Amino acid sequence: MHYVMIGNSIASTACIEAIRTLDRESRITVIGEENHLCYSRPLISYLLQGKTDENRMTYRNQAFYEENKVTVLQGSCAASIDKASKTVVLESGMSIAYDKLLLATGSSPFIPPIKGLGEVKNWFTFLTLDEAKRLQSHLRPDSRVLILGAGLIGLKCAEGILDKVHSVSVVDMASRVLPSVLDEQCSLLVREHLQSQGLRFYLGDSIRECTANEALLESGHVIGFDLLVIAVGVRANTKLAKEAGLQTNRGILIDEGGRTSEPDMYAAGDCTEGTEMIGGQKAVLALLPNAYLQGETAGTNMAGGEASFTKAVAMNSLSLCGLHLITVGRYEGESHLIACKNGYKRLFVKDNHLVGCILSGDAIHRAGIYTSILRNQVDLDSLDFDLICEEPLLMAFAKTVRQQHLGGPV
Amino acid sequence: MKRIYVNEMWCLGCHLCEYYCAYANSGIKDMVKALKDKQIRSRITVEQKGTISFAVNCRHCTEPLCVKSCIAGAITSKDGVIVIDQSRCVLCYSCIMACPYGALMPSTEGVMQKCELCTTNSQEQPACIQGCPNKAIVFEER
Amino acid sequence: MGINYLYPPFEIIRNQDRCITCRVCERQCANLVHHYDAEKGRMTADESLCVNCHRCVSLCPTRALKIVKTDHTFKENANWKTEVIEDIYRQAQTGGVLLASMGTPKDYPVYWDKILINASQVTNPSIDPLREPMETRTYLGKKNSKIERDSEGRIITNTTGQLKMDIPIMFSAMSYGSISYNAHKSLAIAASELGTFYNTGEGGLHKDFYHYGKHTIVQVASGRFGVHPDYLNAGAAIEIKMGQGAKPGIGGHLPGSKIGEDISATRMIPLHADAISPAPHHDIYSIEDLRQLVYALKEATRYTKPIIVKVAAVHNISAIASGIARSGADIIAIDGFRGGTGAAPLRIRDNVGIPIELALASVDQRLRQEGIRGNVSLVVGGSIRSSSDVIKAIALGADAVYIATSALVALGCHLCRTCHSGKCNWGIATQNPELVKRLNPDVGSQHLVNLITAWNHEIKEMMGGMGINSIEALRGNRLMLRGIGLNETELKILGISHAGQ
Repeated sequence: MHYVMIGNSIASTACIEAIRTLDRESRITVIGEENHLCYSRPLISYLLQGKTDENRMTYRNQAFYEENKVTVLQGSCAASIDKASKTVVLESGMSIAYDKLLLATGSSPFIPPIKGLGEVKNWFTFLTLDEAKRLQSHLRPDSRVLILGAGLIGLKCAEGILDKVHSVSVVDMASRVLPSVLDEQCSLLVREHLQSQGLRFYLGDSIRECTANEALLESGHVIGFDLLVIAVGVRANTKLAKEAGLQTNRGILIDEGGRTSEPDMYAAGDCTEGTEMIGGQKAVLALLPNAYLQGETAGTNMAGGEASFTKAVAMNSLSLCGLHLITVGRYEGESHLIACKNGYKRLFVKDNHLVGCILSGDAIHRAGIYTSILRNQVDLDSLDFDLICEEPLLMAFAKTVRQQHLGGPV
Repeated sequence: MKRIYVNEMWCLGCHLCEYYCAYANSGIKDMVKALKDKQIRSRITVEQKGTISFAVNCRHCTEPLCVKSCIAGAITSKDGVIVIDQSRCVLCYSCIMACPYGALMPSTEGVMQKCELCTTNSQEQPACIQGCPNKAIVFEER
Repeated sequence: MGINYLYPPFEIIRNQDRCITCRVCERQCANLVHHYDAEKGRMTADESLCVNCHRCVSLCPTRALKIVKTDHTFKENANWKTEVIEDIYRQAQTGGVLLASMGTPKDYPVYWDKILINASQVTNPSIDPLREPMETRTYLGKKNSKIERDSEGRIITNTTGQLKMDIPIMFSAMSYGSISYNAHKSLAIAASELGTFYNTGEGGLHKDFYHYGKHTIVQVASGRFGVHPDYLNAGAAIEIKMGQGAKPGIGGHLPGSKIGEDISATRMIPLHADAISPAPHHDIYSIEDLRQLVYALKEATRYTKPIIVKVAAVHNISAIASGIARSGADIIAIDGFRGGTGAAPLRIRDNVGIPIELALASVDQRLRQEGIRGNVSLVVGGSIRSSSDVIKAIALGADAVYIATSALVALGCHLCRTCHSGKCNWGIATQNPELVKRLNPDVGSQHLVNLITAWNHEIKEMMGGMGINSIEALRGNRLMLRGIGLNETELKILGISHAGQ
């Protein structure tokens, strides 16, 4: 049995770990585009900040691959998949036969058509380690940095470089920061906090055109910059799958077992479009915990076990200049804003279930209890709802449930 | 594997487990020096409301969601005991978002901490077991 | 009123250098003595509420606390001592009978501490308990005066029911109501493990404890609480409580506030009704009446269970015991004046009754003189504090001992003597569920088992030292005892010689 994985990031690693709990003998080969040991992408902004280094950024160390008998082909790009003959052909021409294949191709930054972008000498995306290092090498104390995109990636990048450059300005079409992650009120809190740290925002705006060192915004503002970072979003890498005839939409379509439309071909991670639990619709949920769980599920099924991941929800945990944020689920149904000292808490309730929460500051303490109530679709009338709104406590569960969760075998 | 179990029936809400935990993980031999005039961040948390009280700590799950959510790969399972490599923690709080028991929290140094069954400090047996005055906390296999 | 005559008897000394403000003292004090002052960031204490129970001291993780007797003094006065003066202040203020708990603390002679034990040397060897069998098992009940054989020469075993115990120590009567459910549970579990007995006291037997029945002595007291046929048949023996050492001549009173659902059901009285045990049994006004009750109980249990009669040690205890020995009772339990109580009038606890050592010796003597010592077994209680007290009691004539205060101390009691407040910080003498929780029967029963096991080893060591290898051979063996610092009268009553003689 030969397991092959295209993509060398979180989903593949989880896949390896799942396979190896069931099958310690068969061969595993990972085809990785980047020339690095698998590293954690979210850590690239921390690298810029100086909070980690290339060594500590690795998701698993070298010994992991040796102990698990995994062959990693770094710096290799898959060019095509022949599902009839079950082979992957690399750009180098090399052909790799597989019995079970995992597509974990991740995503790529989306570059919008900006007039004059070609003239800009130093523009960057912010997704890979190499791009982060390239950006890092250009940072000077007098650099003026313009970031297009006030989403997760744009703001984490801004946080990462704030102390090292002269100024950071952030432009976004949306009228508020983190528009897909936060509600208006929390969004405002975040923006005010970041502004107090020195970030400048141009929201509800976009770049009409730019020259080598200047961006003219739709609003009329002119912003001078030395470095331009484009972080407006990512697109799932589905080209390989599409060309091989797999069903794709915005991502590679998978079921709850990580199976694609083709037998023996699985997919996991940011490149997939699985079912989002609360709405029941297909969605791309490009988040690290989901990537891991999808990869683990696929791996188990690839190795002959049985697993399904039916609890995929949106979830984010990050801090921006010391302000912590945790968000889970969808923001629909009844919204409950709960007063919090030094924090922000809004819970969303629909059909007697918790479907979403936005937490910030001190309200993030023990947030996982909310996450589990949400993901396990706990009936809220089986809980002390007032108590759980006030504080996430296991006390809010009935005594018998507590006994079960805390007193039995794990 | 032996785990820590708290029996709600005998928990008096005295919070001594928290202090013994903080002391055991302080790395300082003298308890007064370790805890006096210091902010206490214990790895076991007492939940208390009205007449009900019980302490909660890491269950060392066989399917640990914190391990799977950690963006830095800093949390791993060592023979079933879930431990944090604090040098890798970047304080993203993904583990706090994931843990259904609310068992992880920032330490006084900032990086994440959790119960590690006193396998990573100088205690022979979990300190909370030794500190509980009413045998509400036990260390056993179930 | 703005004037206070009663200065707090204790001071709480907190070493602020060691205090880590963990607040466990605040959380655990049922008397609300300790407080965290958030402004100052320090713990404070109100000593006027402290009863010296040591709960805070025992829990403090850095041993930052100690309780000391206040050094606030009256002018020295051997006659008008502090507590004498303060008792008058109290009564002047309240007009009430002073109440007290546990055994009398007064400075009466402790005869156990004036009796010495023999050891073998040279003329007959001591016995090594680690190498040779030591019999601490004993049987309580009527013993036959002579051995009878049948026509084939076989011994006729016609002994009445005996209480068999592996160690000559039993847990004495403490009612459910005066002590908690968890305390009873600890006693029941320990008695079962040790192969001995515990006593329900006058509060009846809780339904949860019926399965410990083989190790239970059920008590029939003057209030007849909880007495019904199942109750009588549940235990291994039945004890008729005629009196209690701590408060001879009076009855008992458990206030209605303590009669919750459980106690109401167990005692078979209405919820929150005061539980009053009258001074006498109102159907026992003579020795003949006692005999009637003894046989009524035997009939009710088809003569399968030994009957114990418990009396307080008073002046004419020998005559009383002689009467009881002829009444058909199988065992006499004598409770000395140092015995404990949940609550009793202070003056009666401190002034009524006689020491168990003297009572025991005179009863044993009298019964032997009358040739009826074999009619009954003698069990004594009233401050048996150690294994040496046990040895001395048996040597003075007891078949076994009852312990109660020692058992409670093993469970955590610190003898603060405030049981009557119902706020026992150790979960023993209280019905408040928050406090009862503090006595985990797993822990409590283990402590009791440990205590008695340890005493048993010590008893064997001392017996071995005397060259005796069974309790039977120690019983009434006054030659093994000598008095020290006792006058002629005391020596005569105890029936022992002075050390050196």
